[in-house]
Amino acid sequence: MKGDDDSISRRDLLKRAGAVAFVPVGALVSVVRPFQGRDAVAKEPLETLTAAEADTLEAVCARLIPTDPNGPGAAEARAARYIDRALGGALKSSRQAYASGLAALDAHANSSRGARFAALAPADQDRVLQDVAAGAAPGLPNGTFFNLVRAHTIEGTFCDPYYGGNAGFVGWDLIGYPGVRTTVNADDQRLGAGTKANHKSAYDYAMFTKARD
Amino acid sequence: MPTRLKDTDVAIIGLGAAGGVAAWPLAQAGLQVVGLEAGTWLTRNDFAPDELRNNYREWPQSVQKAQHEVPTQRVSASAPTLRAATHPMMNAVGGTTLHYWAQSWRLNPWDFKVVSETTRRYGASRIPKGSTVEDWPFGLDELEPYYDKVEYEIGVSGQAGNIRGRIDRRGNIFEGPRSREYPMPPLRGSGFTDMMATAATGLGWHAFPGPAAINSRTYQGRSACMYHGFCNKGGCHVDAKNSPAVTTIPKAQKTGRLQVVTRAHVTTIEVDREGRVAGVTYVTDGVEYFQPAKVVLLASYTYENTRTLLLSKSAPYPNGLSNNHAQVGRHYFSHNQQAGVTALFPRNLNTWYGLPAQGMGVDDFADDNFDHAGLDFIGGGNLWVYSDRRPIAAASMNTFGKAPTWGSAWKAFIKENADRTNTAYLQKTTLPYEDNYLDLDPVVKDPLGLPVCRITANYKDNEAKVAAFIQDKMEAWYRAAGATDVLRGPLGVMGPTTHAYGGTRMGDNPATNVVDRWGFSHEAPNLGVLGASVMGTSGARNPTLTAQALAWRTAEHLVNNWKTIAK
Repeated sequence: MKGDDDSISRRDLLKRAGAVAFVPVGALVSVVRPFQGRDAVAKEPLETLTAAEADTLEAVCARLIPTDPNGPGAAEARAARYIDRALGGALKSSRQAYASGLAALDAHANSSRGARFAALAPADQDRVLQDVAAGAAPGLPNGTFFNLVRAHTIEGTFCDPYYGGNAGFVGWDLIGYPGVRTTVNADDQRLGAGTKANHKSAYDYAMFTKARD
Repeated sequence: MPTRLKDTDVAIIGLGAAGGVAAWPLAQAGLQVVGLEAGTWLTRNDFAPDELRNNYREWPQSVQKAQHEVPTQRVSASAPTLRAATHPMMNAVGGTTLHYWAQSWRLNPWDFKVVSETTRRYGASRIPKGSTVEDWPFGLDELEPYYDKVEYEIGVSGQAGNIRGRIDRRGNIFEGPRSREYPMPPLRGSGFTDMMATAATGLGWHAFPGPAAINSRTYQGRSACMYHGFCNKGGCHVDAKNSPAVTTIPKAQKTGRLQVVTRAHVTTIEVDREGRVAGVTYVTDGVEYFQPAKVVLLASYTYENTRTLLLSKSAPYPNGLSNNHAQVGRHYFSHNQQAGVTALFPRNLNTWYGLPAQGMGVDDFADDNFDHAGLDFIGGGNLWVYSDRRPIAAASMNTFGKAPTWGSAWKAFIKENADRTNTAYLQKTTLPYEDNYLDLDPVVKDPLGLPVCRITANYKDNEAKVAAFIQDKMEAWYRAAGATDVLRGPLGVMGPTTHAYGGTRMGDNPATNVVDRWGFSHEAPNLGVLGASVMGTSGARNPTLTAQALAWRTAEHLVNNWKTIAK
């Protein structure tokens, strides 16, 4: 499949993930699984994080919002890509927190479960994250880092795709957000309106000046 | 030495909600006006429907003056000083009205007469201990013509509830008499707000669509609202939100008598030896300018109004301009508008689109609209529900104790419930107190080296009791509409907010008020102050329209008394 090609562009990845949204729900799990692995994700050039950091972060995001019978999660949404880009811009002030936090998380994975976080089975990953959330991991004495990553993973899964997350609108489809519109009529605001998702980014509307980062 | 600029009649500091309105009647009357604005012009193209940028990244497209001047805060003089990460206001021509909710209420009659009406009905002992609340120097009737002017000039949509004493049950039956209908019908309802209105009627309450400075139809050549869902901290892409930036400021510019100066960072107001105001010093790109003016109108924001006066020290005013009675910074309060209520419904509410001003209000428990004889507080709150939801915030919803905060079970919860929750906005009576005040922080400074504003304030018993009472009512409303679970937010603290009052209170007594009944300083006769910093009570509703009506009234007073005030 095309996604295995090293030269795949960011745009192609976006398009490919977008295709997922049109697959009937029952078929989602088998279709999206291939994207869950780190192989496809790691091939994209990183903008801020080191490869090791990105590896760990991808795995964390995938447990926070897992790919499961309810559909694609943070992996398909490319939440880690969003965070990687944002840490070089709007979230710059959090860069150091990620460096030390991800290192401490991996160290805790090693000491408590015997392998770095990304190499653990999902159940073990969850136990490590529970420790981190509870402030029970060495070097992470409270839930601050966990809450930071959780907030950014939610941003990366549900933001406008312009920022590199919510790829293929998988986040918006998950919660039933029908998409960015510049005009909404009374019918669209009825209870049970069932407005169809339009899969548009704010910046698909030519009038808007693009955000800086 | 700063560069001295050409003289002008009036210099307005800040072209936001209040200054941007005042400029129009001044220019219309033939006065030369210079508007000094820290921000720049932003236009409809800048207002992308982008939740991340608008709601999570503090308006990166605007000049960041306010963000460098976030006030510090402490709950009492002996408590530790903290500082919020961000300032809720923004700098631009039009100010925060570019991205505000645009709810444009008139205060109710009681709000002007809290002391006398409470005393008359329940006895003087019912005024909370330590409160410095006073009656306003005038009643609603005095401000009504100015509310009317602003509603028609900028454009406010709404349903009248009381026209010259004739009650219209489609509107707020508790409002004071207005001289005529709103210039536009109210914004339309949504499925959700209609459902809530039906539930309110079932409880015997009076629900009504609230007033908004948003076009419900084409008005003055500008489009009607598109209900696209990004009004909450978002600018309008069709100019349907009636900020002074698209209404009164362009009108004033068309006269040729308003000069808008952007990126003007005002530092001090200068005075002459007699204590009259001489003009304004400001900085642009490190260069200092002096703008001489016959009259100065200070219209920044509540925190900056107090701060600018306290920073403007001189021989006639050694403790800050217009502060020889030590009243600048006193009688501060930020609106008791936290302590919200969040509900979970067993069905989708379809509130993905709409805007915070597209809602239903209930005023039955606001102000003195109900009998307080058997209660232990005065005042009340306005209940407000509205259609407004965006995806990041929706996914960040409270899980009501029914799911963990991450993982598959959480994901299943938000998949089902992201469109099933709603949070009410409960604005409640807030009073000024002796020990709630603003001053200059002794440590924290802005990039120019000037101290930032410091808030020393906390809610008192009356505010806590009002909040609990109103939360009970809101819970009852949600449950009547079918909510299965209800959560209550905490009272919070009086940190920097968009509804900040006082610091330059208006009143006849110079010993307890900074400005007189017209908004002019009791000490420096050619200095006026505009904004909610002159308001002595909050009411249970958004302050902007009142600040704008007061600004218009101050401007008109200046025009009518130009020779006396300007000399």
